[in-house]
Amino acid sequence: MSSEDTQKDYSESPINLEYQYTAGSATTRFLNQVKEGNIVGQSCPKCKAVYVPPRGSCPRCGVATDIEVPLTDKGCIESFTVVYIPIPGNPIVPPYVCAMIRLDGTNISFLHLIQEVDIEEIRIGMRIQAVWKPKEEWTYSLENIKWFAPIDEPDIDVTTLRFQES
Amino acid sequence: MKKVAIVGYAQHPILQNAGALNEVELIMPVVHQLFADLGIYQDDIDFTCSGSCDYLQGAAFAFVEGLSAIQTNPPIKESHVEMDAAWAMYESMLKIQMGDAETALIYGFGKSSPGDLDSIISLQMDPYYISPLWPDRVSLAALQARVLLDQNIITREQMLAAVIEARVNSKNNKNALITDLIDESEYLDNTMISSPLNKLDCPPISDGSSAMIIASEDKAYEFTDHPILIEGIDHRIESSNLGSRNLSSSNTLQASIDQLDLNNIKFDVAELHTQFSHELPFLKSLLNLVDVPTNLSGGPLVGNVMMCAGLDAIGKTFESLKENQFKHGLAHATSGPCLQHNMLVHLEKQK
Repeated sequence: MSSEDTQKDYSESPINLEYQYTAGSATTRFLNQVKEGNIVGQSCPKCKAVYVPPRGSCPRCGVATDIEVPLTDKGCIESFTVVYIPIPGNPIVPPYVCAMIRLDGTNISFLHLIQEVDIEEIRIGMRIQAVWKPKEEWTYSLENIKWFAPIDEPDIDVTTLRFQES
Repeated sequence: MKKVAIVGYAQHPILQNAGALNEVELIMPVVHQLFADLGIYQDDIDFTCSGSCDYLQGAAFAFVEGLSAIQTNPPIKESHVEMDAAWAMYESMLKIQMGDAETALIYGFGKSSPGDLDSIISLQMDPYYISPLWPDRVSLAALQARVLLDQNIITREQMLAAVIEARVNSKNNKNALITDLIDESEYLDNTMISSPLNKLDCPPISDGSSAMIIASEDKAYEFTDHPILIEGIDHRIESSNLGSRNLSSSNTLQASIDQLDLNNIKFDVAELHTQFSHELPFLKSLLNLVDVPTNLSGGPLVGNVMMCAGLDAIGKTFESLKENQFKHGLAHATSGPCLQHNMLVHLEKQK
């Protein structure tokens, strides 16, 4: 018996809601810079923590992060995981490495890919730098960065990166 | 029972479309303004509670992001209701009465502009009972309006008066979204959205936020010599199944009126969470408020921030008592387009 012959004992009731998602005015400023190939974090006027990508407020202090902080695209691996499971629709072939990237001069990490290195060599504290897509492909997204790749600099002790209250 | 007072309230200007401003960016200014007004900061708050609706943002646990608007270090005690922030105020009040807190910060926020509010509220309000018909809020409100008109409980003229007065009263609320006056012919010329409701009978799509601080009675005297106490509060729910309800009356509201002994109180002012024009004469009659100045702020018809408008009714009543020689105020908050929930709050200014 084919599946078409099977009597359905349920009815389908698809639900769709459409939204115009807003990044927020602070993240919009950040994305406008990313479009130009610049990474600009934002700093809390109270505790001085630097956030990237900025969400508009310092969640510690509850104030707007209205100080713009131009950043380098260099940093280190704060943590990482090796992904072995293929994810439907994801063009990246496993195994690959997702890492929490801590850019120099910031107090928060974000998730990105690590490539151009043997998985066995990847370690916490490893120095890395962004590998950008060709300029023609830049848009309002951190995907302008293809991935991060190791650079020839000594490792960093990530415990020294812990936030110190000023 | 330990008494609780409202000590401060702030409201973001109501916007038709907040554009790029996200929820956190809407909440921060009102919370900061409230703190500045009272000369306090988050360290002085024992309990924080918010009211919002994740369906409005279209993301699970979206309300957690809202916490980025307030200081959470050192760690705070907080909670959230997936309802109008009026219920966040109720939870905070209980927290104070239980002796777990002396002060509480309440905030509500909502953006209706990013999506189709009718669909969103339909899904949010009723995941089970009338699905998959997904009736929209205006059609449901229109059902009740039709019943009330057909049974001569309210009149078309009263609905017209509610719309016109809301706009006249909007001058009392610097944050109102709709401030232009209209006349009878403009009202009558408006096309029906869902008979008998036309566009002017319905609240405007609104974005915004509000915040309030409440405190135990003892603590409240540190802020003012004339605290405004929550003398009574009662929340009841009608049946979720609209088909089993008599839409022309409200047994639960009557029970709340008896519980709070409202018929023996002479109110100076009332703010009702009446989102649709027919609800105002209906509730005024049920609550015996016919001669009481009601919705002096213009009410939801001149600005209706989802998940805030109920808290705003309480906040506007508080402001009226504070700024005038008033003693008793009544605030009402609701949830649902057929007044499914009703919360009544009796506020009294101390001499």
